[in-house]
Amino acid sequence: MKNIITLLAGLIFGLGLIISGMTNPAKVIGFLDIEGQWDPSLAYVMIGAISIAFLGFRFVKNKSKTIFDDPIHLPGTTHVPKELIIGSVLFGAGWALAGFCPGPALVALGAGYKEAFIFVMAMIVGMYIHDHLIEVYKKR
Amino acid sequence: MHLYIDSPNFTPIASLVGGMLIGLAASVLVIYRGKIAGISGIVAGLMETENIQQGHHLWRTLFLIGLIGSSFIYQFFAPLPEINISASKGTLILAGLLVGFGTRMGSGCTSGHGICGLSRLSPRSLIATVSFMFSGFIVCYLFLHAI
Repeated sequence: MKNIITLLAGLIFGLGLIISGMTNPAKVIGFLDIEGQWDPSLAYVMIGAISIAFLGFRFVKNKSKTIFDDPIHLPGTTHVPKELIIGSVLFGAGWALAGFCPGPALVALGAGYKEAFIFVMAMIVGMYIHDHLIEVYKKR
Repeated sequence: MHLYIDSPNFTPIASLVGGMLIGLAASVLVIYRGKIAGISGIVAGLMETENIQQGHHLWRTLFLIGLIGSSFIYQFFAPLPEINISASKGTLILAGLLVGFGTRMGSGCTSGHGICGLSRLSPRSLIATVSFMFSGFIVCYLFLHAI
């Protein structure tokens, strides 16, 4: 049951991205490009998503386990390392260049767009370089 | 700079409703699975093999199957909205590398920090979200109007 729910959560997430317009890079760039005609739709996506997720996270706030007895993992770190900011700035740059962030790129990949395939492959390489080459090198 | 609203492309209702579905999905995942719907973390977690918990790969795979399959399901109800990608192959590769590397270095993306983190009122996620939004606006301006 919990596996079906997990699958459905992914599906609902994707449907939300499609309906909201986030899967269209031209629309994302229309939001990020404040010069000329500005499309504020993405702010509405954030407002809609946060208003509902706020309630969801409030519901689990004092719970340590789900009804399926799995632990509920909420990030507890409060430290702000420089990596948080530098990494986010790099991410924002890539987001603006292509108009894709990870979720919408995966939905567009599922819809069969070869540009999304190229983006996702490069994204996975970027993740691998960070997690498996640089982090491993640092630990030596 | 002349800021005015692009009314033909502005879709407040659809974006609000779609956003609410995204928030619903994030809520369902944390309530029934105890996990954060941060897409970059979910994808990168698939490449981890050391020090992982039971079911580490299973829930990630299931969530991503749902996500990737969403366009297929959507098409049963309505024609898929336009996906207009203007970036060249080289730009896509550079952007993908930046997004992959940056989200791992910054511990999250639009979903993990921007939606889940802000919903949890996490100061860390607020800093990350402001950073990638600000960077997105600046780079978009430079890329489209200055270079």
